[in-house]
Amino acid sequence: MSNPAKISLRNVHKAFGPKKVLQGVNLDVAPGESVAIIGGSGTGKSVTLKCVLGLLTPDQGSITVDGIEMTDASTADRDAMLAKTGMLFQGAALFDSLSVWQNVAFGLIEGRGMKPRQARDIAIARLEDVGLGSEIADMSPASLSGGMQKRVGLARAIATEPEILFFDEPTTGIDPIMGDVINDLIVKCTRELGASAMTITHDMASARKIADRVAMLYKGEIIWDGPVSEIDQSDNPYLKQFVAGDIEGPLDLDLKHL
Amino acid sequence: MPIFAPVGHIFLTFLALVGRVTVFAGRTIGHMVTPPIYFRLIFKQMREIGYFSLPVVAMTTLFAGMVLALQSYSGFSRFSAESAVATVVVISMTRELGPVLAGLMVAGRVGAAIAAEIGTMRVTEQIDALVTLSTNPFKYLVVPRVVAGLITLPILVLIGDIIGVLGGYLVGVNKLGFNDGSYIRNTFQYLEQLDVISGLVKAAVFGFIITLMGCYHGYHSRGGAQGVGQATTNAVVSSSILILISNYIVTELFFTR
Ligand SMILES: Nc1ncnc2c1ncn2[C@@H]1O[C@H](COP(=O)(O)OP(=O)(O)OP(=O)(O)O)[C@@H](O)[C@H]1O
Ligand SMILES: [Mg+2]
Repeated sequence: MSNPAKISLRNVHKAFGPKKVLQGVNLDVAPGESVAIIGGSGTGKSVTLKCVLGLLTPDQGSITVDGIEMTDASTADRDAMLAKTGMLFQGAALFDSLSVWQNVAFGLIEGRGMKPRQARDIAIARLEDVGLGSEIADMSPASLSGGMQKRVGLARAIATEPEILFFDEPTTGIDPIMGDVINDLIVKCTRELGASAMTITHDMASARKIADRVAMLYKGEIIWDGPVSEIDQSDNPYLKQFVAGDIEGPLDLDLKHL
Repeated sequence: MPIFAPVGHIFLTFLALVGRVTVFAGRTIGHMVTPPIYFRLIFKQMREIGYFSLPVVAMTTLFAGMVLALQSYSGFSRFSAESAVATVVVISMTRELGPVLAGLMVAGRVGAAIAAEIGTMRVTEQIDALVTLSTNPFKYLVVPRVVAGLITLPILVLIGDIIGVLGGYLVGVNKLGFNDGSYIRNTFQYLEQLDVISGLVKAAVFGFIITLMGCYHGYHSRGGAQGVGQATTNAVVSSSILILISNYIVTELFFTR
């Protein structure tokens, strides 16, 4: 394989009608690497992940996973890619027709054909990993709080121990202590189990903890991309402003209409 | 000719919609005949669509049969053809009223529920989540509902036919003074197999239409709760119209030669 990257985005464009969201995104994730994507609200971070997963089709550009082009992949190639990935959606996206444990075990039962009894034990273990007790296993997802739903979504994403993980704001809406548990879990998945991960986050503390590398998305492009250790040394004014959380700076925050 | 532009636009939009629905139906049929098939989900949907629609279908057909007996009696008495009441009731029920009334009632009940459920799953990204969990949403969501519709609607209509005829019998014997033996004899004397079969074929077609339109509008809904509401309305309206149109087409296929 000429391309050693696990995931590689080249010049990816995506527009919704007249609204240009991605305008030439370039990003690589090496095997076993954890990359955090940061950027303002509405800059297209979630859209980027959905393009990689094939839930949205880019208008232009190339996305490869394990060296296989995904933008025009066959169904078989796409299924093979999805079989080794796990995704936590920003809104958790739990199936409300199923109980909590059935949600977590979904990939094991439907994807891997595991027997429900065995899958349930694994699901309860995954729920414990995200700080949830077995007493919620039989509850409906609709009766959980937002932060609990997010954690169930995380448990579902990692239940099949995928090689590639996508997390869309894993710690948003979760208290700081539980947020730390989640960070540790993500670190465990990548450092110990060797998975590659792309994590969207607004939380710089979490980004520093879970990521090897940080990429900042702004106006449809990755404007800064480097190791976590270099965030504070960087003299990129956009990155500096974002990390410091200042209102004053070059970032066009679209605050005009406020 | 500026007046023709909007007409042309509406016509083209309509054609595009027909095209999209046809592609959706084709994909559904393709997934129906290739594994995996989720039998457990088919049974669950048969319960939702069939079993839970029984009360409403029974009520509708019962009263339809009763009214039919009253109306045809008072109409036919003008040319002293009261003895045809039983025959009229059974033929109208099996050929027309059973399938059409059941179809429209189920369209309101089930079509709306399917569109709302799948639409909510779309706007809350549950359908995307299915895909990322290596599960095809057509196989998991659409096929079980459409197959259940195809199977249960004929069963519902057959039960509805029987209840409708029973309604006619109750009115005929208790109110219009028919002898019960001769009413029953008249009911079956002129009834042909084709009357019942054509009604059941209609029911299967309606079951396909109702579930397909529910799934189609739900699957393509967008824009939050409002979009789901719109999808629900569209599902009920489009399936009701398609039921009436296809009813005519099937009738013509069966009964004109
Ligand atoms: N399906 C869609 N149809 C139309 N526009 C969309 C769609 N999905 C996203 N967008 C638009 O694309 C832009 C980027 O959306 P995206 O969800 O990727 O933002 P984000 O960076 O994840 O923001 P946040 O941090 O708030 O989650 C938004 O302006 C949004 O309106
Ligand atoms: Mg987002």
